[in-house]
Amino acid sequence: MAEPHSSSHEHKQGFWRTYWFSTDHKVIGIQYGITALLFLLFGFGLMLLMRWQLASPGVEIPLLGALTPEMYNQFGAMHGTIMVFLGIVPLAVGAFGNYVVPLQIGAPDMAFPRLNMASYHFFFWGGVVMLASFFVPEGAAKAGWTSYPPLADIETMGQTMWLWGMVLLITSSLLGAVNFITTIIQLRADGMTFFRMPFFVWAQFITAFLLLLAFPPLEAAGFLQLADRLLDTSFFLPSGLVTTDGPLEVAGGGSPLLWQHLFWFLAHPEVYVLILPAMGIVAEVLANNTRKPLWGYRLMVYSLIFLGFMSFIVWAHHMFITGMGTAISAFFQVTTMIISIPSVVILSALFITLWGGSIRFTVPMLFALGFLPMFGFGGLTGLPLGLAPTDIPLHDTYYVIGHFHYVVAPGTILAMFAGIYYWYPKITGRELNNTLGHIHFWGSIVSMNVIFFPMLIQGMAGVSRRLFDGGHTYSFSEGVMHYNVLMSVAAFALLAFQIPFLINFFMSLKRGRKTTRDNHWAATTLEWSATPTPPVPHGNFETVPTVYRGPYEYSVPGHATDFLSQDEASPPAAEAVAAEELVEA
Amino acid sequence: MAHEMSLEEVKKHIRVYLLVFGALAVLTVVTVAVSYVHIPFYPALIVALIIASVKAGLVAAYFMHLVGEKQVIMWVLISAGVFLLALFVLFISSYADQEQLALVTHAVNLSHVA
Amino acid sequence: MSLQIPYEVTPRLDTGVNNAKLGIWLFLASEIMLFGGLFAAYVFLRMGADAWPGLEIYGTGEMATRADQILNVPLATLNTMILIASSMTMVMAWASLKMDNFSRYKLYMGITILLALGFLVVKAIEYGDKFDHHLYPATNNFLGVYFVLTGLHAIHVTGGIIVNAWFWGPGTKMWTQGTARDKAHFANRIEIAGLYWHFVDLVWIFLFPTIYLI
Repeated sequence: MAEPHSSSHEHKQGFWRTYWFSTDHKVIGIQYGITALLFLLFGFGLMLLMRWQLASPGVEIPLLGALTPEMYNQFGAMHGTIMVFLGIVPLAVGAFGNYVVPLQIGAPDMAFPRLNMASYHFFFWGGVVMLASFFVPEGAAKAGWTSYPPLADIETMGQTMWLWGMVLLITSSLLGAVNFITTIIQLRADGMTFFRMPFFVWAQFITAFLLLLAFPPLEAAGFLQLADRLLDTSFFLPSGLVTTDGPLEVAGGGSPLLWQHLFWFLAHPEVYVLILPAMGIVAEVLANNTRKPLWGYRLMVYSLIFLGFMSFIVWAHHMFITGMGTAISAFFQVTTMIISIPSVVILSALFITLWGGSIRFTVPMLFALGFLPMFGFGGLTGLPLGLAPTDIPLHDTYYVIGHFHYVVAPGTILAMFAGIYYWYPKITGRELNNTLGHIHFWGSIVSMNVIFFPMLIQGMAGVSRRLFDGGHTYSFSEGVMHYNVLMSVAAFALLAFQIPFLINFFMSLKRGRKTTRDNHWAATTLEWSATPTPPVPHGNFETVPTVYRGPYEYSVPGHATDFLSQDEASPPAAEAVAAEELVEA
Repeated sequence: MAHEMSLEEVKKHIRVYLLVFGALAVLTVVTVAVSYVHIPFYPALIVALIIASVKAGLVAAYFMHLVGEKQVIMWVLISAGVFLLALFVLFISSYADQEQLALVTHAVNLSHVA
Repeated sequence: MSLQIPYEVTPRLDTGVNNAKLGIWLFLASEIMLFGGLFAAYVFLRMGADAWPGLEIYGTGEMATRADQILNVPLATLNTMILIASSMTMVMAWASLKMDNFSRYKLYMGITILLALGFLVVKAIEYGDKFDHHLYPATNNFLGVYFVLTGLHAIHVTGGIIVNAWFWGPGTKMWTQGTARDKAHFANRIEIAGLYWHFVDLVWIFLFPTIYLI
């Protein structure tokens, strides 16, 4: 660390170098964050168009006209792809991980700053390719976010774009994962042992391993599907396939199931990529706002590691209806039941953390508290899908959509908002408005439930999840069709409740109350206690912090304040007075 | 592998590199020679995989300096190895355990021929 | 950049490695999973195939029963030899730097690059011969696996050539004009490039018998 604080140097570098080709992890984190939020909004918009169609099939949408089945399929496939790969993962890992992890472990930057920049640019161009695919002949990919062959093999050009986009996104994730793991192993400050790392860092660490080792098989599958589409191989095409244009002129002999195996080998760990950083954020916010140490920190870390490991060997529970043999399906049912244990352990530990805490109901805390039951509910509705006998009737219905969205929407997305409200003062040096935050929270959590709960009911009634008209053509679904209007109204309400957030987000940049102290939330972790707010551009720390204790030393008996920062040597009397002022401020 | 090596040590290493190269070349010849004998599929597969593993082990151990490499790198490789094994074992067992599907494919093939 | 990242050159005491060393091994771990996925796909397809290779031997009208009746084993054996030789010269290039012998380094690195180019030339001859006999990736899954797996491997070889050519040409400034720290950094980089290159060799060591011989 020759001269870690050299902001003047950076300021001379001009607009492009400072904001677009930056190697500073904080700028890259913000780039990721803003891009990902825009993609989330766009993906949400696609879904609103679909919900319009489902509530009132065939009724024209203003400016766009009536939806065609082809458009509906495009929007469905791209909604999934955009939300998962361009929205949540970049927000959870790219934005929060990038911004917070180096600060929390006391590192001057990521281990490979230029690789970090490259990672963002791969992600960005992957997103551009995905969006551009809407404008090629016959539009974007229509084969679902899972891109199952044989359909995906014979789809229009949009599918090829989807595959190239995925190759770029996977490359981005791999570079990011290498960078995160190296940073966490190599750049921890003095005294920051593994078991003194905040739970959020642990979550990012395990997530990075999932990305590193689970994504490559999907990349392999992507290359094989590209070969199928561009070189006319038949890796995923069985013999004797007939389409509406007659028999398919290919060699055949391939296996559509091969794609499903390779895809879900990634995509199940991917579910944990979506949820682990969310758990990390919630853990930070909970400990800070209950003014208590996390209950069972070590237990949570061990559960996390076990969860990461198990997530690699449960994938085929997505494939019970593909004609799997009973023995192998029994294996995957058992592993699926086992993997729910560490999830429950973590969730329970978070709940127990609340016990006896003097809870501050700040806006980030509200979102974190909202996450707990919603994620729990999402997890519980998943259990029937992990067992073949109940999965088989439910699999292709709205039940699966309801379950999955409970995990990622009121689950992960609420946690993401918790993170935004929690770290916004750190990043900008200004506070967000409380009232708008409350409107945002209550409006979002209620409308999310109104959208997703009826899906479970529709699913149990047997409504297929892939129908353009929502299921009106089937008599058995008549009894539950009326929910579609309610769900769609709630979806538009959810949009409306994001407006206070957007206003809050942008107005507070200029008008928000300035934070009066560096450690805005009176937190123990390094990003609050050892850096100024907002942090310095390059290098992060004016003096490299030394870590003396674990991450959640709140309400330590005998200490002057109710928190004891990780880098606070030992509390001498003079500092105790200063800390008292801090509490009063 | 030690980072600051003395000249003597480096020279010793070079001898090892040449020996490893010789061993790799010989094993390549052996594996090709075995393939010309036309033994049945499974024994041939096992022999070929054993030879390939020995060669790969030599490259990893000596050219890539895995002998005496630090623990952290070993752990990275062990985790990749475990998941790779899971991938293979579960792929093969899923395949082996889907007889119903094999029958369907077979029926499709037959109808195609007819 | 004025910002110094710790452990760029010197190893961290408790882990014993520098950043780049750990980074490249993590990358190689992901590469293991990439090629692992491809090999798993190969196994899956082959288990489900009615016949393998499922092609006629050139000009005879007889069905082939073994891969070596379709693919050119002597050329592939030559390529195997080329690749393990290049692995050896690569590690020698690194050892030459460790002995502070820069001209020897240039020589060995140059040979490594030439051998890699030779590998690609042989590969191109092999592919050309297949195309001449109207054997394409689309012909059947045996050839599909052959072309895609060896093709992806060839792309990795090409990547290696680009990296090595940089460290043979313009990249050497770090050694010739640099400080002692830069020199140590350069030697580290050659070790890293070497690790990647040996991995490419290692993949071929498995590709060769499983595709050509079995």
